[in-house]
Amino acid sequence: MPRVTRRRFLQSSGAGVAAAQTGGIAGILATGQAPAYAQQTTLHWLRWNDFVPASDQLLKTKIAPQCEKDLGIKLNIEGINANDIQARITSSVQSGTGPDIILGLSNWPQLYADSVVDVSDVTEEIGKAQGGHWDLFKIVAHDGKKWLGVPWTIVAGLLTNRKSWFAEAGYPEDKFPDTWDDYRAAGKKLKAAGHPFGQTAGHTFGDAPSFWYPFLWSFGGREVADDKKTVALNSKETIESVKYAVAFWKECCDEGGLSWDDSSNNRAFLAGTISSTNNGASIYIESKRKPDSYQTDKGKPMKDDIFHTRLPKGPAGQFIYPTPFTHMVMGYSKNQKAAKDVLRWASSKPIFGEWFTSQQGFCTGPTKDWEKDPVWSADPIMLPFKTVGEISNRYAGHAGPSGRAAAEGVTKYVITDMYAKAIQGMAPEEAVKWAHGELSKIYA
Amino acid sequence: MATFEAVTPRAYAGTPPRGPITRLLEDERWLASVLLMPTIVLLGLFIAYPFVKGVLLAVTDTKVGIPGSFVGFANFEKLWHDDIFRVAVYNTFLYTFVTTIFKLVLGLWLALLLNRHFHGKAFVRAFILLPFIIPTVLSTFAWKWMFDPTFSVINWLLFHLGLITGRINWLGDPDLAIISVMVVNVWRGVPFYAISLLAGLQTISPELHEAAAIDGARAWQRFRHVTWPLLLPVTMVVVLFSVIQTFADFQLVYVLTGGGPANHTHLFATYAYQIGVGTGLLSEGAAVSLAIFPVLLLVVIIQLVYIRRVETV
Repeated sequence: MPRVTRRRFLQSSGAGVAAAQTGGIAGILATGQAPAYAQQTTLHWLRWNDFVPASDQLLKTKIAPQCEKDLGIKLNIEGINANDIQARITSSVQSGTGPDIILGLSNWPQLYADSVVDVSDVTEEIGKAQGGHWDLFKIVAHDGKKWLGVPWTIVAGLLTNRKSWFAEAGYPEDKFPDTWDDYRAAGKKLKAAGHPFGQTAGHTFGDAPSFWYPFLWSFGGREVADDKKTVALNSKETIESVKYAVAFWKECCDEGGLSWDDSSNNRAFLAGTISSTNNGASIYIESKRKPDSYQTDKGKPMKDDIFHTRLPKGPAGQFIYPTPFTHMVMGYSKNQKAAKDVLRWASSKPIFGEWFTSQQGFCTGPTKDWEKDPVWSADPIMLPFKTVGEISNRYAGHAGPSGRAAAEGVTKYVITDMYAKAIQGMAPEEAVKWAHGELSKIYA
Repeated sequence: MATFEAVTPRAYAGTPPRGPITRLLEDERWLASVLLMPTIVLLGLFIAYPFVKGVLLAVTDTKVGIPGSFVGFANFEKLWHDDIFRVAVYNTFLYTFVTTIFKLVLGLWLALLLNRHFHGKAFVRAFILLPFIIPTVLSTFAWKWMFDPTFSVINWLLFHLGLITGRINWLGDPDLAIISVMVVNVWRGVPFYAISLLAGLQTISPELHEAAAIDGARAWQRFRHVTWPLLLPVTMVVVLFSVIQTFADFQLVYVLTGGGPANHTHLFATYAYQIGVGTGLLSEGAAVSLAIFPVLLLVVIIQLVYIRRVETV
C-alpha cells in the first residue's frame, strides 16, 4: 500500500471538501472524487413507499451506490407507508434521534418548522441552476425568511377518465366537460348507464383534500379572509358549493366513496366500476404495467381507454390541490452538512433526472426546467401532468398562510368532513357552520 | 482422589463467615425489596414514566419540536368544548359497553362448548384462537376488504341470497360504520374470553356438578348455582383486562375508518393520535389520552374491590 504523507492527505481531502463547499456538484464531478469526511458518513434517509416502485428500486440499487462513490456517503434509505411518516417524525423529534433526512408531504415543513435545518443555501442554489422553484413550494416549505426543506417533487391529482364511456355519453376526449355543470351533466348520464364517478369523502390523506379543497375554491369558498387570520369559511359561496356537492354526489357518484381510502378509487377504476376519479397517474401507470390484467368490458387493454384532465372550472375559477414533497434535514441530525450535500447532489440534473425519468410522469419536477424534460413527450396520456407546477398556486389555509393552523385543518379533515356531513344528510348551512366553528377553534 | 479431598468435614466445622450483603439479605424486608426491584424498575420505566410524562405534557402547550409552557387545565377546557372529542367519548363508551357484553356472552358460550369432550377438541381449541393470534392490523385489513362498498364479499353473499337488492355501505354510513368496527372487535376478542373462561371452567371440580346432578339440579341450575359462582372471579379478571384494552383500542378504527366518516367512529386513542401525531399538538393529544384515565381507574377499582370481596367470602 503506497504511503500517504500528511501533505498529500490534506491536498486530496481539501480538494473534495472545497469542491463540495465552493463548486457544488459541478466541483465534485470535476475533481472526480468524493469530498473527504473524517470517516465514512452513513445517512439515514426516510421516504414514503413510492407509488412507482421502480423509482424506489432505482434509488436503492443505483443512486445510493453512486452517492457512496461520488460523495463518500453511505445512504441508508428506508421506505414506509406515507400515512406513518408523521408518527416517525414526532418520535424522532421528541427523542432527538432518528433519520437525518425525512421526506415531508404537503405543508409538513411548516408544521415542523422549529425542528428542521435552514436549507436555503442548497435550495436557492438548485433553484438558480434549474429555472427557479414552483410557487407552491414557497407556500409549503418557506417561512418567509428561509427554506425549511429542499423541494423534491409534486404529485398531483387530475381526473382519470374512461375514454369509451365518456364518448358513449356524448363527451369524446376533445369535448370533455370543463365546467362543474357540464361534468355533472355527464356524470348523471354515466351513473344512469352504470358507470358512476368515484370520489372519496373519507379520512384519507391524499385523494380527499385533493378533490374537496379545489372544489371549495372553484365556488369562491375559502378558509381564511384576505387579512390572513380571520376564518371566513361560512360564506354564501361555501354553502353554495356544499349544496352543489350533495346533488353532485347523489346524481353522479358511487355512494360508497364516503369510506374510501387513497387506494379504493384505484381498485374501483381498474375493476371497471367507475368512469372518472380524481387521482394521481398511478391508475394509468398500473394499467400500463399490467395490460393483460386490466382490461375493459370489451376485452381491450384498459390503458388504451384512459385519459387525464384537470378538475372542472367553477364560478370562481379552476384549481388543483397537489401533494408537494419536500426533503427536510432534521435539526437533531449530527450529519447536517452531509445531509445537505446529499440533497444538493440528489437534486442535481444528472441524478434527479434519472430518478425523474423512472417516474414516467407520475410526478412533476420541483423546478421549472423539468417541464421541458423529454419524459413529457414519451406518452401523450401523461401530458396533462406536465404543467402541474405551473397551475398549483394555492394550498390549505387559503387566503392565509399554509402554516400550522392550516395543517391542523387538513389533519382534522374539516373541509372534507363538511362535505361528508352534508352528503350524509346534514343541512348544508349546518355543515358549513360546523366546519367554520372547527376552523375558528383552530385559528383562535 | 482430588475431588473427595476438596470437600472435607472441616469445611462445615464452624459457621461460615458471612459478608455484609448476605447479612442484609437475611433480613426479609431487604430481601423483599431486592426481589421486587426488577419489577419496580420495569413498571417505573414503561408505565410510571410515560404516565407522568403524559400528565406533564397535558398541562403544557407543547408541540412537536417546541417545548411548551405551563397552561394548567387549558387543554382539558378546550376538549370540553370540542364536538369531535364528545363524539369520541360517546363512541368509546358505546364501543366498550356493547363489545364487552357480546364478547362475554359469546366467549362464555364457546368456553362451555369447548369444555365438553368431543373428537378433535385440541385442534378446535387451537383453531378458535386464530383471530386473537393473527396480527390485528393484518386481520383488520381483511375485514376492510369484506366491508369494501364495491368489493364486499358480505354484500355479494347477501345479494346472492336474495336478502338485499343494493349495496350496503358498511363503512360509509355513520351507524353501520360503528357497528362494523364493533363486529370486528367482537370477532377478535371472543377467543380471549373463551380460552380464559375455559381455563376457569377446568378448575371447577366435576364432583360438584355430579353432586348437584344427584341432588336433582338441571343443566341450567347447575350452571346458575355451581359453574357461574365459581367462574365469577376469573370472569371479573377477564372483563377487567378486556375493558381496559377495548377502551384504549386504536388499531381497528385506525385501519378500518381512520375515525371517519366525518368523525363518526373516532375513539379516544384514534383522536389522540390525530391531534398529537397528525397535527403535532402533543399536549392536546396527551390531554385526550389522559381523559381515559379516570374512567379506567374507576373501572379497575370497582372490579378489584369486587374480586377481593368474592375471594374473601
